[in-house]
Amino acid sequence: MNILYLVVQQTMFFSIPLLIVALGGVFTERGGVTNIALDGMMIIGAFAGIFFINQMEGQITGQLLLIMAILIAAATGMVFSLFHAYASVNMKSDQIISGTALNMFAPAFAIFVARMVQPNGVQQIQFANTFRIPSVPVLGDIPIIGGLFFQNAYITTYLGFIILIISVIVLYKTKFGLRLRACGEHPHAADSVGINVYKMRYAGVLISGALAGIGGLVFVIPTSTNFNETVSGYGFLALAVMIFGQWKPLRVLFAAFFFGLMKTVASAYSVIPILATAPIPSDIYKMVPFIATLIVLAFSSKASQAPRAVAIPYDKGSR
Amino acid sequence: MKTLKKFILGEGFNKASASIFAVVIGLIFGFIILMVSNRTEAVEGFRIILNGGFSTGAKGTGQVLYFATPLILTGLSVGFAFKTGLFNIGAPGQFIMGAFAAIYIGVKWTFLPAPFHWIVALVAAAIVGGLWALIPGILKAYMNVHEVISTIMMNYIGMYLANFLTKSYVFDSTKALSQNVANSAVLPKGGLDYVFFNQLGSLKDLSTVNSGIYIAIVIAIIMYLIINKTTFGYELKACGFNQNASKYAGINAKRNVVLSMVIAGMLSGLGGGLLFLSGASGRHIKVVDELAMEGFNGIPVALLGLSNPIGIIFAAIFISYITVGGNFLQTLNFAPEVIDIIIACIIYFSAFALYFRRLIPWLIKRGRGDKE
Repeated sequence: MNILYLVVQQTMFFSIPLLIVALGGVFTERGGVTNIALDGMMIIGAFAGIFFINQMEGQITGQLLLIMAILIAAATGMVFSLFHAYASVNMKSDQIISGTALNMFAPAFAIFVARMVQPNGVQQIQFANTFRIPSVPVLGDIPIIGGLFFQNAYITTYLGFIILIISVIVLYKTKFGLRLRACGEHPHAADSVGINVYKMRYAGVLISGALAGIGGLVFVIPTSTNFNETVSGYGFLALAVMIFGQWKPLRVLFAAFFFGLMKTVASAYSVIPILATAPIPSDIYKMVPFIATLIVLAFSSKASQAPRAVAIPYDKGSR
Repeated sequence: MKTLKKFILGEGFNKASASIFAVVIGLIFGFIILMVSNRTEAVEGFRIILNGGFSTGAKGTGQVLYFATPLILTGLSVGFAFKTGLFNIGAPGQFIMGAFAAIYIGVKWTFLPAPFHWIVALVAAAIVGGLWALIPGILKAYMNVHEVISTIMMNYIGMYLANFLTKSYVFDSTKALSQNVANSAVLPKGGLDYVFFNQLGSLKDLSTVNSGIYIAIVIAIIMYLIINKTTFGYELKACGFNQNASKYAGINAKRNVVLSMVIAGMLSGLGGGLLFLSGASGRHIKVVDELAMEGFNGIPVALLGLSNPIGIIFAAIFISYITVGGNFLQTLNFAPEVIDIIIACIIYFSAFALYFRRLIPWLIKRGRGDKE
């Protein structure tokens, strides 16, 4: 039973950031801009958030510090995503190239700043993890469910679910969501009824930047105590989660859990008795989520429901 | 005067000036970063970057060519895929798998005599790189999986697999690097050892550069001929422009997608072979969880070289030049990552190329006040 608790808790640590970042991907792609820079935006967001924690640890503690760090990560990710929005909306440039540039920029910039700011040019940013909630009051005492979802938890887990609910409401129940989706499906039609396509696309990209920033921080905090300017390709996995989830928030949730479980197997194999004794080296386990992604994509891409205008720059003059 | 005007308004110059624009903006941005982080040493640091490999004499120049060799190949790989309408972001995976294949044969197959040993190792590197790209190619052609996503997954799988295989078969645990390849598998110097060395007393401090650079240039020329002078190249380009039209014209588009991915992968794999078959002073696989930079840098090389094989040779030398320069920045306590920042800026601004291309002729026309 303890193993089951552990696996579920671990799966949460990996699934929630995937969920948050993939939802960011849903917003930007539903608006018609593809964003392969999610990985870079995660790194920048995590960097800003962790650096804030590292600096403020003495003054503020506990959940307040974490919440402030999350806000900072979101803001930083959003500002960073402005570059992508500008390139893909105003300059009508190739969105993959712009995304590649940002993906390259983010870790280089984070490492550069960390090495210039920290004493002795240290690259890793240390932080004390004081954010774990051993047991949520009342809910943590419920048998089984308490152990599965309300012990050894982080507020970020619940934040992930809140973001999911908000995303569903915004995308399907608000004027903004309808307009955003229209810009991703048929921007000219949207334009003809007076929707500002540029503004909508900016909004989509900025939301994705904010969510990716949060996702980056949420990924680093439960799994480590120092940040090495990498999120191990998680932004790319989030893209795959988004595709596997067919750009729909609820399906994205299931996709995120599937990948989270894969990743848990990859990282927690040493505590799972059957897997620990099998003579399989760690590098092979690390490949598991990526291989699983490829296989899943192979079978789910044929009937792809991608937004029709995604990755095509909107040009008012074209037909 | 007429010819000059024709040249300036011509397509070639126009495209190249967009690249140069991107490079200049990238460098300016790098300078600003240096200024912000340490004002007093920024100018000196920027001079070091601009001096690039030249700051260590003939040996440094040789090193620039040595590190340009894989970049030419990965640049060709990305550029060739661009020409056929595919974005091969998978060069890092293809590169490292090719590198492992070359090292494995270089270390283990010592029964092969000298010239055959390195030739077989290079061929194996190209084949393994090609196989690594075959999977995304098939997924793209028959399963509708976007090649950007699948090649990124293949990058991570390749990185972990190459690390695992290196640790299992060709590992030098005292240095935590892959083993040196046998002498017979090291690429011959091809006369370059008479040019690129620094004299240290009676000793010659040799550069690592070897005939790999010749091979890279020959491959670039071959790729130029294939793209521009053969029916095969024409078909591939046609698929890149408009897949439906080329299908209508009787071109087998699916087969071409797979083929062009495989060729792109072979180029990257060969790049891995050329870099790593270089003796004790050359590069070794470091078995860390980091994607190969040589692969990613193929993207700026292809963009700056405008996917033209000849342009790619010069772009690769440029990127290698500032990277080698960046390594000397550490003497001033600057982190060498500033070079990656500059390269990222260059990529970002080359994405604006389309915009610049419209802007430059407009500026020239306006500058002349529209006298005609």
